[in-house]
Amino acid sequence: MNTPLRAAFRAGLAGSLIALHLALVGMVEAFNKREIIQDTVTLGQLLLLGVSIGTALYALQLIPQERRATRDGWLTALVSVSVVSLTLMLLSLAIQTINLRFMFQNASKELVRILTFHTPGVVGLVKLWLFILVGGILGVGYLFVPRPWNRVLSIAAGATLIMGVMRSIVTPLLPDLLVDALYTASGLKRIGAVVLFVLWSAILYTYPRWKARAQTLQTLEVRLGPRTIPLPVFLGIVVLFALPAILREEGSYLFEVLDMVGIYIIMGFGLNIVVGYAGLLDLGYVAFFAIGAYTMAVLSTPELPVVREFLTQTIGRSTLNFWEIIPIVIVISLISGVLLGVPVLKTHGDYLAIITLGFGEIIRLLVISDLLKPILGGAQGITGVARPTFFGKFVINESWEYFYLIVITIGIALYISVRLRDSRAGRAMKAIREDEEVAKAMGIDHVAAKLSAFATGAVMAGLAGALFSSRLYSIAPHSFNVLISINVLCLLIVGGMGSLPGVVVGALALVGLPEVLREFAEFRLLVYGAALIIMMLYKPEGLWPERARVSPIAKEVFGDRLQQLKIE
Amino acid sequence: MLERLRYRLRYISGTDIALWIVAALLLTMIVVGSYNILTEGRYTGRQWLDFVISGLAQGSIYALIALGYTMVYGILFMINFAHGEVFMSGPFTAYFLAEYLKQKGMFQSHPLLALLLVMLLSMLVSTVIAVSLERLAYRPLRGAPRLVPLITAIGASFFLQYTFRGLYTPGFKAYPEVEPLKGTWVFFPNSLHLEIERMLIAVFVSSVLLLILLYAFVQFTKTGRAIRAVAEDQQAAALMGVDVDHTISVTFAVGGAAAGAAGVFYALMFRQVNYFMGFFPGLKAFTAAVLGGIGNLPGAMLGGLFLGVFESVGPSLFLEGLGVPAAYQLKDAIAFTMLVLFLIFRPTGILGERLAKRA
Amino acid sequence: MKKRWFVFMALVLAAVAVGLVACKPKPKFECTDPKGCVEIKPGEPIRVAAALVYSGGAASYGIDSKRGIEIAIDDLGGELLGHPIELVAEDTQCNPEGGQAVAQKLAADKTIVGVIGTTCSSAAKNAAPILSEAGIVMISPSNTAPYLTDPATRAPFYFRTAHNDKVQGKVAAEFAYNELGVRKAATIHDGSVYAEQLAAVFAEVFQQLGGEVVSQEAINVGDTDMRPVLTTIAAKGPDIIYFPIFNPEGPLIAAQSKEVEGLEDVKLMGADGLFSKEFIEVAGEAAVGVYLSSPDFTAFNPERYEEFIKKHEEKYGEKPISAFHAHAYDAMMMLAEAIKKAAVVMEDGTIYIPRTALRDAVAATKDFQGVTGNLTCDANGDCADPHIAVYQITSATEWDTTDPNKSPVKVWPK
Repeated sequence: MNTPLRAAFRAGLAGSLIALHLALVGMVEAFNKREIIQDTVTLGQLLLLGVSIGTALYALQLIPQERRATRDGWLTALVSVSVVSLTLMLLSLAIQTINLRFMFQNASKELVRILTFHTPGVVGLVKLWLFILVGGILGVGYLFVPRPWNRVLSIAAGATLIMGVMRSIVTPLLPDLLVDALYTASGLKRIGAVVLFVLWSAILYTYPRWKARAQTLQTLEVRLGPRTIPLPVFLGIVVLFALPAILREEGSYLFEVLDMVGIYIIMGFGLNIVVGYAGLLDLGYVAFFAIGAYTMAVLSTPELPVVREFLTQTIGRSTLNFWEIIPIVIVISLISGVLLGVPVLKTHGDYLAIITLGFGEIIRLLVISDLLKPILGGAQGITGVARPTFFGKFVINESWEYFYLIVITIGIALYISVRLRDSRAGRAMKAIREDEEVAKAMGIDHVAAKLSAFATGAVMAGLAGALFSSRLYSIAPHSFNVLISINVLCLLIVGGMGSLPGVVVGALALVGLPEVLREFAEFRLLVYGAALIIMMLYKPEGLWPERARVSPIAKEVFGDRLQQLKIE
Repeated sequence: MLERLRYRLRYISGTDIALWIVAALLLTMIVVGSYNILTEGRYTGRQWLDFVISGLAQGSIYALIALGYTMVYGILFMINFAHGEVFMSGPFTAYFLAEYLKQKGMFQSHPLLALLLVMLLSMLVSTVIAVSLERLAYRPLRGAPRLVPLITAIGASFFLQYTFRGLYTPGFKAYPEVEPLKGTWVFFPNSLHLEIERMLIAVFVSSVLLLILLYAFVQFTKTGRAIRAVAEDQQAAALMGVDVDHTISVTFAVGGAAAGAAGVFYALMFRQVNYFMGFFPGLKAFTAAVLGGIGNLPGAMLGGLFLGVFESVGPSLFLEGLGVPAAYQLKDAIAFTMLVLFLIFRPTGILGERLAKRA
Repeated sequence: MKKRWFVFMALVLAAVAVGLVACKPKPKFECTDPKGCVEIKPGEPIRVAAALVYSGGAASYGIDSKRGIEIAIDDLGGELLGHPIELVAEDTQCNPEGGQAVAQKLAADKTIVGVIGTTCSSAAKNAAPILSEAGIVMISPSNTAPYLTDPATRAPFYFRTAHNDKVQGKVAAEFAYNELGVRKAATIHDGSVYAEQLAAVFAEVFQQLGGEVVSQEAINVGDTDMRPVLTTIAAKGPDIIYFPIFNPEGPLIAAQSKEVEGLEDVKLMGADGLFSKEFIEVAGEAAVGVYLSSPDFTAFNPERYEEFIKKHEEKYGEKPISAFHAHAYDAMMMLAEAIKKAAVVMEDGTIYIPRTALRDAVAATKDFQGVTGNLTCDANGDCADPHIAVYQITSATEWDTTDPNKSPVKVWPK
């Protein structure tokens, strides 16, 4: 363990680097434009405050536990954040004296003004120091506030700020009167912040009591025909289906986001079968997504004369409707899954990854090419994709309407995933994942297992693609790039490889969150990258890891010895 | 003899047959396309030569990046997705030195010295980035399931790209021109009159030099031996007194330095740097490394050159003969198709894999 | 346990009470606009969205445009009718799903007055109908696809300050055929909606005029080695190569064409996507002689653009990084002008902006003195100055758009 001073400098150095990074990549300046609490605090300032709190906490981590809640703790925390503020002071001085801008475009006078609270001279620097010091005090103060309150207050503060940041998502859900009272056009009013903070504190303080209630709730069950399901699950499903219709006016953006999350969940389930079950690292999963999307678009748009001609000659109609195309999408993606699966049967590991990556790129290049322009629309993409209709009357148009369709598709994908996981075929895939040679020796047909994994995965991605293009009405080839494959893979891993609820959590975290923070898009991928690294370093098993599952047969055969056997 | 054949035939699976059919189809297309275009005589011999030369130049760049890629892979068996960003960080940072030197007039008075300074800075920055990447992001994950470091590398790739974009600029920066590398050299002035740009030659020669240097380093120095030992078996190497952590750091440093040098050549040849410049070359370089047999230094070189030439010659030779419009647009598709074919029929690449065994 | 409940109820009651006190009755204003009105109380900002590309390969166009908007806001003094202007940045990316998501988000936000964007036509295709439905005016600084202002498919609240590909492609083809007198042309596009369309329009018009298009090639964004594609084109023997693409692929084509046998004397021509100083920085001496089409800078006060550049360098520490900053500046200025016309100002400083009236005010823009020319919106939403000129680069080091006799030199119309 470190002495307090050493710990303080170590943490201070790390904090300084982060603060410098944030300032020089322009995050502080950009985030400063967003006021979270009117006339009080901006997102940029919060960012610096966050760094300072983090630095203080990190410094405290570095000294022995028994010394933290003493004067040593204060010393460590405050010295460490002072180091951070010293760095920022030096940065402001440097910007004022030499032309750092020759190299660092964000080292502007504006940045200095933000850092020194628009106060010139030494007073500004002192203000900066005091501001950063507040972070340190908050960090170390956590240890000194009595037990439930430190948690309650910090979480309440966090929740309040999040409600300020996510204004665009929260406000449509609240009645107008409340929105006017609490929010300004960009963030919270002061009064709103106080009200929310108090409210959250109250909720969190009384939470233990609610929790006890909730536990009795969980034991209740609802009878549905021959089966029973737990009440919370039932309520969840009811809400899932009732909410869109209720919120359809205000929540169009919310469902826009949820639709995208849903489409990624479907793809996540599909890729989970390929990577999670069968262990085939597929980096070109976007290929099937594109195939599904383009099948839907090509067969239903009125735009492409060549295809229209062909369809008129063969079936007598120039376009097909959504429901007619869905089976075609399934068949085509199934076939392409097998076709792309055959060549990679004999390759493993990274070679497999790079080959599939190649497939993804080939599909994208073919879609964009002049060669296939008469059939696939080329660089201009395709407009006029069919929307689903019921009985020729009711047309699905809005994002909340698509949400139902997507939820149902997720349900089907989930059902297939669960059944596959517990089936013979699924176990064969897992056996191949663990050791292909042994699996073969045990008589498992590895060709069938691998191909069926690829094909199932492909169908799910194809369906996701079909929904995607129908929902968008027009598609462009640039949408289908390697980033989608990477994104789906990342959401699997962030959620927890092989875990089905993990897919949902991962999609919410990697698709939903960035969507909400779209306005800070310049830094979206920066944060995304940092989050991936941090996630892998500190929680590599994922946010919702798969529990080790034991089959009923194994339980019967091995009984108590199961623990020793460590199956899976 | 017949017995043996029958024995072999029994072990041909349906998969093999399917693969052969695919390969045969592709080969037929290639042959028909090439035949058409060659008999049509659309291009002169000189023009074919031009295709090959520009392919070699582009291939040298791929090779330069692939060398770093392949070293890291050879020792850690990990796709360092962020290697393209290591490649970008150096020349992007060194641009500002280059610009400064140009403003001070040094690029005009002592061009080669100025270039050397820029090159050194670029290599330094790339090395620092590569080593700290290894120290902060990859080392804690050693021994984790192999997908975990891959995701980390993808994250690092985004992080570095957007960090440098934020620091410097989201736009492009144009590198200054270097007088001695402008213009062309003429080979065989009497017979062939082969006119090749100096820049292309410089890039080609330096990539060969770098290969020799790296090869010698890995093969003949003590650290090189340590690298090979670690690549072969980390635990055994550790038992033999090799400092595994240090060795891996050195490998990253060497790979980073090579990327930094490659980056400057890239910047000089194509006159521009930006934050995204590492992404596609990185992908291609990885392809090249796989093509040559990953973990194999001469293989990476060969793979890079091969890929470059294939991309350059392929569209005209194979596709145009089949009547494909805008064939050049599909050059990456050709490259990847070839990669797929290669990996199916010779999965270990041109020269076979493993840093430890061969290079 | 009882105590906890008591604390909770007390706090909730307090919160509600405070919340109710904070609500004030609204002032009276009859909004008769079919799409509703934006109400901006004293001290509240006028919120304008910059729905552009900020991530991925096309980010430099979006950031470039955003900076143009920010400079426009600075030039307005940061405020309009006594209200600060707040710029809300949203990343539409360069694809339909990004455009749709952003449009939905903005449409749900009742405080958004207008949108500057999108960068890519593919994003606009989806964004324009949604925003029009919500009654939000949208002015794009860089969409060029004809589809967007085609009377049959146009969204009513959509406008743009960039040139319709149909206009610019036609000018380029006519210039090449009539002025340069060339008869054999080759085109190169980069798979972007902009370039592909321009190349197609050029080819179509050129053929109509009687010329022959000998080769239609394409590259990919991010390609660096253009020699193979140029060699392919050289084999067809064109007189001119038209490559309406972007930096840095455009200057690379110019630079490398000098190194390909058979192309030494071929004329090169690009479009406004390449019309910036970066072109000569990357292409070097090979840039000399290249023709670029662009809005006619001599049609209006040329010093304004130089002034703009000066402000840009001061604010961002570098020159504009791409081609559509000035278009974005004009879009913002146009929107501000329209807001001034359409807004209803109350006595207490509250303003109401009826949405349809704002749209009509934008549509009525006529002879607006912008940085990119005299802007006049036609019935379909095309607001760019219809005067397109062709410039020729005559110097590898100098870039001066204020003086028609310095490089780039205006060569057409004479």
